[in-house]
Amino acid sequence: MSQTAASVHFPNRMDKLIHQFIDTIRAATEDRRRLRIRGGGSKAFYGNPATGEDFDVTGYHGIIDYEPTELVITARAGTPLTEIESTMRAKGQMLGFEPPHFGGGATLGGCIAAGLSGPRRAYTGAARDFVLGLRLLDGRGTDLRFGGQVMKNVAGYDVSRLVTGSLGTLGVILEVSLKALPLPQAELTLACEQQRGEAITLMNAWAGQPLPLSATCHVEKRLYLRLSGAESAVKAAAKKIGGEPVPNAAEFWNGVRDHRDLFFSGDGPVWRLSVASTAAEIDLPGHQMLEWGGALRWLKSDADADSVRKAARKAGGHATLFRRGNRTTGAFHPLPEVLMRIHRNVKQAMDPVGILNPGRMYPNL
Amino acid sequence: MPIDFERQRAVCSALRAFMPEHNVLFDREDVTPYECDGLSAYRQVPMVVALPENEAQVCEILETCHAMRVPVVARGAGTGLSGGALPLGNGVLLSLAKLKNILAIDTQARIARVQPGVRNLAISEAAAPHGLYYAPDPSSQIACSIGGNVAENSGGVHCLKYGLTVHNILKLRVATIEGEIVELGGGGLDAAGYDLMALMTGSEGLLGVVTEITVKLLPRPECAQVVLAAFDDVGAAGQAVANVIAAGIIPAGMEMMDQAATLAVEPFVNAGYPTDAAGILLCESDGTREEVADEIARIEKIMRDSGAHLVRVSQDEAERLKFWAGRKAAFPAVGRLSPDYYCMDGTIPRRRLAEVLRGIAAMEKNYNLRCANVFHAGDGNLHPLILYDANDPGQLQRAELFGAEILKLCIDVGGTITGEHGVGIEKIDSMCVQFGAAELETFHALKRAFDEHELLNPGKAVPTLHRCAEFGRMHVHSGKEKFPELPRF
Ligand SMILES: Cc1cc2nc3c(=O)[nH]c(=O)nc-3n(C[C@H](O)[C@H](O)[C@H](O)COP(=O)(O)OP(=O)(O)OC[C@H]3O[C@@H](n4cnc5c(N)ncnc54)[C@H](O)[C@@H]3O)c2cc1C
Repeated sequence: MSQTAASVHFPNRMDKLIHQFIDTIRAATEDRRRLRIRGGGSKAFYGNPATGEDFDVTGYHGIIDYEPTELVITARAGTPLTEIESTMRAKGQMLGFEPPHFGGGATLGGCIAAGLSGPRRAYTGAARDFVLGLRLLDGRGTDLRFGGQVMKNVAGYDVSRLVTGSLGTLGVILEVSLKALPLPQAELTLACEQQRGEAITLMNAWAGQPLPLSATCHVEKRLYLRLSGAESAVKAAAKKIGGEPVPNAAEFWNGVRDHRDLFFSGDGPVWRLSVASTAAEIDLPGHQMLEWGGALRWLKSDADADSVRKAARKAGGHATLFRRGNRTTGAFHPLPEVLMRIHRNVKQAMDPVGILNPGRMYPNL
Repeated sequence: MPIDFERQRAVCSALRAFMPEHNVLFDREDVTPYECDGLSAYRQVPMVVALPENEAQVCEILETCHAMRVPVVARGAGTGLSGGALPLGNGVLLSLAKLKNILAIDTQARIARVQPGVRNLAISEAAAPHGLYYAPDPSSQIACSIGGNVAENSGGVHCLKYGLTVHNILKLRVATIEGEIVELGGGGLDAAGYDLMALMTGSEGLLGVVTEITVKLLPRPECAQVVLAAFDDVGAAGQAVANVIAAGIIPAGMEMMDQAATLAVEPFVNAGYPTDAAGILLCESDGTREEVADEIARIEKIMRDSGAHLVRVSQDEAERLKFWAGRKAAFPAVGRLSPDYYCMDGTIPRRRLAEVLRGIAAMEKNYNLRCANVFHAGDGNLHPLILYDANDPGQLQRAELFGAEILKLCIDVGGTITGEHGVGIEKIDSMCVQFGAAELETFHALKRAFDEHELLNPGKAVPTLHRCAEFGRMHVHSGKEKFPELPRF
């Protein structure tokens, strides 16, 4: 909290930091030196290893503006996620995409640059769905603002959403405005024994009914379901669905969100398959955890990259080598040629010399 | 712009090499129906109209135009309100109207795969037997196309809770200007690489032509009820909106109309609106029966506590629809009051509402034109409807200046010049007010990342820096010369 107060009271210090950032980027552009943008470092494991000098942006932190009745919070990129979440919780609100932290130091900038979303994703939306606007420095060190602090805005291309999930390859995120959601009045998690195939069918059937779902997960033959909303609605839905209430449910969902769940332990590779929710069970050796109503499949497997990617493709989606494993074929699903060309052009538009996190997402990007 | 007939002949014959003759139009009377979209103040007949019947033809048209360096303007249903589909006199108007098939509905996965020319409402109608619907519901939904919705990132009265177009699509097939197909998004909830689907959404036909859309379908809520609340003061109504949100409620819809709007609507549809109120709110709750009963009781109390002098709750589905009928008919109802009206689309932080409405009231006097206000209050999206008569010389120009000044005010209070209707040609100068040169240059660079020769809908959505410089000069100029008596907000 004291950090926020300091940054609000010393805006000059923050302005100075931006000037330093700009100088760093300009100098790097001139010398064609690569920069590896770093927030809290909690997601350093994610994606391909970027090369270059560390460019620490955590100094630029603090909540700038939070107006609960406008459902908008604006904060600097270095602000710890925990600070944002606790500030919002105090006003009865939350980040609707339940972002993974993957460690204590997670910052807002890293959260948006990675663009990852947690258990609530399938039911309330992804990180990019909540981004209303942002300020960033592009690869020339130009200070740019896109979007804004209002819910609806179609002036100009939606650069804010483009930048979300671009892993720092399009610019250094300085500030982000996010849409807030009210905390649900009531929340209840139920669980029951279930085979994986059945679980897929059930999760999809539930999603087709007007039920207050907010998370689903299948792991170790157990299907977990979280209901969020008005007390009455949660109770009525629980009665309809059945299953036993799970104690310490928050602990369970945070474990899933941050990969502290036992499922993620071990030293083998973890794949993330984002697929059609109704896709049949992924037929590969290893262990699986399902989330997002079936649309997210975590796979702990030694299967080779080709087979995993083929399976993901067949299931209508793509596969990411999320943790560990051999990254020689890249962490992310290869793109078709035309799409890759557009990616390169987009990168070129934002970072012409290619100094920002090059290679973190794809080679030459 | 006069038509270059030689060029016209060349383009037609190139297109007719792979398209039936009747789908390539150039006769004046055949192309005139395409001369404008919903913003009829701007008109231009296109050099050629192409009516492809499938995706392959769309690609061939684009490839041909790219090779011949002919600009292309895509058109859905032509209901756009910012002149986005305004043709070019030296270009091809590419109508997606014949691509109107619903290709698949997967009830289990709750998705529909549709062609771009499918009407928004047709999707919900097709999904209805399965208890599903497509959530974004622009007031134009009986007519507008889903391709146009994607190009504009359209919203509707329910988007506060259910999101805009961008939140309700999973996958796009897009034809590039070179005539190649790319798939953006995917079968899952995200895709590898940059979120180009989000970038494409709302890009007003400047980055690619959308040839297929996979949309999400939602289960129909078990029930819905709406609260009608009347206030003596629009500021109090605005505060009531904030109070609902502060109570942790995200209503399914939250709309406001000022007295000028209710006075226009009531005789037209008999929605039961109290016409003596300064402003009314419609606040809807949907969900399970239990949820709705709870929420409606809380909303009712908040409205009373916020000073509403009349609060009514819809007692059955018929009454709910009646309450909404007034709001949905607001544009045509206002249209009956005056030969023409000009619909604005700024978004503001809600807390600045009273101030903005006072500003608009002062502008009414200054420009000597009336204005009715309809407002997606929940998300701060304001639709001032400026009444004018195009036959009275000078009124259109006054209306446009009035509109531009409203947009300037929206920017000044921290908002934006367009919430859902797009920039098109209409608000292109206001873009110079909202964005600096650096942002505009980024937009142009992104455009060239998709369309190197700037052939897709050129001249729309993003002004050139040159145009902004001109606009800066003109603005001062007209302020001095034409309406010196008008104060600037
Ligand atoms: C009475 C009335 C009420 C309205 N209410 C609302 C409302 O509540 N909310 C709202 O958001 N809008 C509203 N609108 C505006 C309009 O209906 C929307 O912008 C709609 O999405 C436009 O769809 P269309 O098919 O008519 O597109 P068009 O007008 O034909 O085109 C709009 C833009 O999209 C581009 N385009 C069209 N199809 C494609 C494609 N397949 N690929 C690429 N680009 C394409 C065009 O080039 C153009 O720039 C309203 C309009 C009217 C007349």
